[in-house]
Amino acid sequence: MQTSLLQLTGLVMERDLRLAIRHLDQVIQPLVFFVIIVTLFPLAISPVMEELRKIAPGVVWVAAMLSSLIALESLFRADVEDGTMEQWVLSGQPLSLLLFSKAVTHWMLAGLPLVITAPIVGTLVGIPLSVAPTLVAVLAIGTGSLSILGAIGAALTVSLRRGSALLALLVLPLEIPVLIFGARVVDLAIHGEPVTGPLNLLIAMLLLFLSLGPLAMAAAMKISVES
Amino acid sequence: MSSHPDSRADSRADSTAESQAAAAPRTGTRWLWFHKLSSPPYAFRTSGKLRPWFLWPALILMAIGLYGGLVLAPADYQQKDAFRIIYVHVPAGILSLQVYIVMAIAAAVGLIWRIKLGHALAAAIAPIGAWLTVLCLATGSIYGKPMWGTWWEWEPRLTSELIMLFLYLGYMALRNSFDDVQRADRAADVLAIVGVVNVPIVKYSVEWWTSLHQGPTFSKLDAPSMAASMAWPWVLMMLAFMLYCAAVTCDRLRTEILKRERNASWLGEQLKELKP
Repeated sequence: MQTSLLQLTGLVMERDLRLAIRHLDQVIQPLVFFVIIVTLFPLAISPVMEELRKIAPGVVWVAAMLSSLIALESLFRADVEDGTMEQWVLSGQPLSLLLFSKAVTHWMLAGLPLVITAPIVGTLVGIPLSVAPTLVAVLAIGTGSLSILGAIGAALTVSLRRGSALLALLVLPLEIPVLIFGARVVDLAIHGEPVTGPLNLLIAMLLLFLSLGPLAMAAAMKISVES
Repeated sequence: MSSHPDSRADSRADSTAESQAAAAPRTGTRWLWFHKLSSPPYAFRTSGKLRPWFLWPALILMAIGLYGGLVLAPADYQQKDAFRIIYVHVPAGILSLQVYIVMAIAAAVGLIWRIKLGHALAAAIAPIGAWLTVLCLATGSIYGKPMWGTWWEWEPRLTSELIMLFLYLGYMALRNSFDDVQRADRAADVLAIVGVVNVPIVKYSVEWWTSLHQGPTFSKLDAPSMAASMAWPWVLMMLAFMLYCAAVTCDRLRTEILKRERNASWLGEQLKELKP
């Protein structure tokens, strides 16, 4: 029986989600990491809310980038080590789609918890609750881009033993535009100004990465798996 | 090390490159030069021959350009003598970007057509680009100290140049992390291509970011309003930098080919020719 592409995506995502539920601590760790990083800033800078509010958008975005990075390291590793990925490459199914499904699952496990908790974490650094809808929307869009860019980097470095520092070096410079526009949106929203400009640019970037990212992931993974 | 299978693959690829070159006239001579150029022995010899033609004009032009820029050109009305650093700063900045594009094209050629010379060129040229970026940043901050009163300003061009340096460093780090040269080549190629798609996005987002966060930048580095007496040394320096980069690329490419083809038979004959 032929498996349709949609079924294939569903199967990959279902498997990854089930694996994640069985190791729930791996899902919670990036989230705790996110909260801890945000907590560090008031301790390092100042407990005065007015001062924190000025840097709050940047704090939330940097924390989101780093915790997305933490979860990336293990994205493909288990599959490459036990040979699953090799079978995927050989299976004749579109590898770009399989890897893209994994990236989407990564976003659901590492991005979505941040998106949901962001309004609460944001209050720690003085982001008012009235901004919460914008914050949730912009983080959802931005972390999607982060997951795709990160998955390309993870596919490139998965076969390396000391890949995690390298992964940060490769991925973070490429993620700078997301940081700039994401933080800008939050900053504008705090000051009650319209956010459509940078938000639209973020959406455009997400669409670009959605269309080209899976191809780059597949090319990178083919190089990492063959030896 | 896996030198043994490598060498076999190399000699096989040599023969295919040569047979391709021989077979090309039948399919059309238009791509003959391409197949010839992509064979390592030919590229090794050609880049060796071209090198002095790049190097000596570069050095002569650089001497004239520096004399013109540092001595003949009048001091700027506002910036006094400090503006003279642009004769090094701007060529380095422009070339650092161009070298990245050349690197990405070489990487794409290597990845798509499996041409070994593309990989070798991308590997050879990356440190040149990284060094130009460092040069641009260093001269930029030396210029910034008397002009803006600070070593570093979050000015869009300096900032995107800094990100450029990170991209080069990431590229070289990825290349160095693989033990196997062929995998290092192809992984680094993918990164270079992903990077080149992202470079314009980074550049424009940084410009947008700084234009929102600070007043008009002090930088007046581009040359539209430059007097002819100031401009001609700049043109010479730009040419000199390009030629010098080409000469260094020839050198580095030859070294890279030597490293990669160390077990190939043509290299032994080549060395015999060189050392009578």
